[in-house]
Amino acid sequence: MELTGAEILIRCLQEEQVEYVFGYPGGAVLFIYDELFKQDKVKHVLVRHEQAAVHAADGYARSSDKVGVALVTSGPGLTNAVTGIATAYMDSTPMVVISGQVPTFAIGEDAFQEVDAVGITRPCVKHNFLVKDVKDIASTIKKAFYLAKSGRPGPVLVDIPKDVSNHKTTFEYPASVSIRSYHPVSKGDSGQIRQAAQMLLEAKRPMIYAGGGVVLSDASAQLADLVRLLDSPCTNTLMGLGGFPASDKHFVGMLGMHGTYEANMAMQHCDVLLAVGARFDDRVIGNVEHFAQVPRKIIHIDIDPSSIAKRVKVDLPIVGDVRLVLDELLGVLRGGRQAPSPAALAAWWKQVDEWRAIGGGLRYKNSSEIIKPQFVIEKLHEITGGDAFITTDVGQHQMWTAQYYKFDKPRRWITSGGLGTMGFGLPAAMGVQMVNPGATVACVTGEGSIQMNIQELSTCKQFRLPIKIIALNNGYLGMVRQWQEFFHGNRYSETYMNALPDFVRLAEAFGHVGMRIEKPADVEPALKEAFARKNDLVFMDFRTDPTENVFPMVPGGKGLSEIILSEQL
Amino acid sequence: MRHIISLLMENEAGALSRVAGLFSARGYNIESLSVAPTEDPTLSRMTIVTSGSDAVIEQINKQLNKLVDVAALMDLSEGEHLERELMLVKVRAEGAAREELKRMADTFHGRIIDTTDHTYTIELTGSCAELDSLLEKIGRDLILETVRTGASGIGCGDRILKL
Ligand SMILES: Cc1cc2nc3c(=O)[nH]c(=O)nc-3n(C[C@H](O)[C@H](O)[C@H](O)COP(=O)(O)OP(=O)(O)OC[C@H]3O[C@@H](n4cnc5c(N)ncnc54)[C@H](O)[C@@H]3O)c2cc1C
Ligand SMILES: Cc1ncc(C[n+]2csc(CCOP(=O)(O)OP(=O)(O)O)c2C)c(N)n1
Ligand SMILES: [Mg+2]
Repeated sequence: MELTGAEILIRCLQEEQVEYVFGYPGGAVLFIYDELFKQDKVKHVLVRHEQAAVHAADGYARSSDKVGVALVTSGPGLTNAVTGIATAYMDSTPMVVISGQVPTFAIGEDAFQEVDAVGITRPCVKHNFLVKDVKDIASTIKKAFYLAKSGRPGPVLVDIPKDVSNHKTTFEYPASVSIRSYHPVSKGDSGQIRQAAQMLLEAKRPMIYAGGGVVLSDASAQLADLVRLLDSPCTNTLMGLGGFPASDKHFVGMLGMHGTYEANMAMQHCDVLLAVGARFDDRVIGNVEHFAQVPRKIIHIDIDPSSIAKRVKVDLPIVGDVRLVLDELLGVLRGGRQAPSPAALAAWWKQVDEWRAIGGGLRYKNSSEIIKPQFVIEKLHEITGGDAFITTDVGQHQMWTAQYYKFDKPRRWITSGGLGTMGFGLPAAMGVQMVNPGATVACVTGEGSIQMNIQELSTCKQFRLPIKIIALNNGYLGMVRQWQEFFHGNRYSETYMNALPDFVRLAEAFGHVGMRIEKPADVEPALKEAFARKNDLVFMDFRTDPTENVFPMVPGGKGLSEIILSEQL
Repeated sequence: MRHIISLLMENEAGALSRVAGLFSARGYNIESLSVAPTEDPTLSRMTIVTSGSDAVIEQINKQLNKLVDVAALMDLSEGEHLERELMLVKVRAEGAAREELKRMADTFHGRIIDTTDHTYTIELTGSCAELDSLLEKIGRDLILETVRTGASGIGCGDRILKL
């Protein structure tokens, strides 16, 4: 029996066990929507803006280890989706985005709602396809899911012209897939792994720097075993938070621009650095020359060879999947007779603890007059038992959440790190809530960021998503204001937003519960009340100190040990 | 340093723009790029001439390899290899210069493939440096137009790039 391209597409999604597609209809995808309508295995979540569809698919994927799926129409549907695609690309989220295209015979004629989707998205996808023949739909979708998920994950776009979705052919979903030009490595080189074990055992000042790759490869258990076996300090990047438990004594906090003093100092002064699924980002190691001044040995485990030796020189590269490499490394360490030197480690920990004392970990001065944003996050952690799924937007609130919500489990922390996309938080939370029904999901946001995708409050109503929105409303585009305060002579150019909406009434207008919290004493009771409302979306407008800044801070272009600890320094 | 990189890639619409886009997006130098299908019509062979520090060249190789359409890659400069480029150059050939140009073409083993009473078109195949050197000898005053294909490269002996 012959099926249309649209039917085939939906059958493929069923074969891939896709439960939810986040999308928005339009002319070029009419046949596809028609087929969605005729079945109920693949459920569709109608967002209010295509950017949100992609962020929702992103949150869905990050919090579940599944591939997120978004569906948009041609032209403006696709261009609206681009920010979401670029966000997923920078943070390596496995995702398949399906876009409609004008009919094949109209391509290149500036047809209505035509854009070169493959061209526009090329630099921000892992790969993309334009399907010109209905016979290729099934194999292309199979490849798209395989590419999205394997190796270093990422978004894959499949652009389907309208006529192709209506042409007919027989349907057969390929049982397996192989792409002759694509062979991601998974197992690491055994010789190099043995060498790494030796270097780590001989280290006097070992340091483990773990990133998003640990979360992506579900290797937290292996990482924890390794850290404890080596008795080494461990830090996480922003993307790696939750990959190692924050409550473990080996954890020295996040590193980088807004990382702790102890994490940054340990990075700078260790003698052997093991980087695991982390990419030496500029927000992490600051000034490359400054970082390289110290003669430490670097071992780097990453599945993507291009992440290795991109910004810093590496002594021992290991290309492979974190989980498999760590399994093998642990085997070597456990099999041998050698153990790390207790005396050297004791001296190293003494040093690390001294840094901890100087930095004081993280510090802020609480107030009984005005709500401090850090205090809200500490209370949020307490009231949710540290076990909620937390999404954020971008800005100061994001950094305070990273610092003060101590993540013990992976895939609970969902943030836009690489692209830093304001507007990510709420739609991402929708995806998280869809794939984790019944779980506690909170979106920590700012009054600036939330307005970038606030229309999604309507989607939340339609799908009854009881997300808790924690808006740290400081009245400013705070992160930018902070830079203006420090580096641009207090000239707050366009960072104060006049005429903010009344968020409580706004939430109510969308059919949700709104709360305004203005006094520190009300923070805890309000949070308790909000989280007790299991079935409601509650929008909490916390009026926080507009002058508060994020510390510690390594100013842009500076070295890790040039860290500023607090306002007083 | 100058590097010459050879690729085998899927002969698909868009594959070329992925490579070209990679170079412009990441700010890599590209001196020349030539591409055409191979004996297997599903594969294209591309030769890229680029330059950069060792670290940059390493990244270029890795980033190219990461493209899903790139099936195999060889940095020819890492071993013995041959490179050839084809050039067609049209020159003003009048009076005394006419004889002189003919002699120059002969010394370089070039061929004159088109003549009029006031022009010559010289065809020359050789290394990029040889082509440069002929152009320099002729001098810009006499050159009317220059067409070069960019280098094509191949490894020596058993250095073979094949799937
Ligand atoms: C306002 C703001 C401030 C920021 N400040 C900081 C800061 O202070 N500190 C900080 O750390 N970040 C900060 N960031 C985030 C920063 O921009 C980067 O996004 C982040 O540091 C990158 O994290 P990562 O190195 O873990 O890499 P990721 O982007 O998570 O990349 C993962 C790496 O792991 C590899 N990988 C993927 N899967 C596997 C696998 N299965 N096996 C092996 N390897 C794998 C990938 O190839 C890649 O190299 C900030 C962002 C914003 C928006
Ligand atoms: C889409 C987008 N535009 C601009 C920026 C630059 N930017 C980074 S943080 C920030 C301020 C965010 O303000 P708000 O959401 O109120 O958070 P706060 O920093 O005050 O906590 C801006 C404008 C960005 N990251 N993303
Ligand atoms: Mg703000």
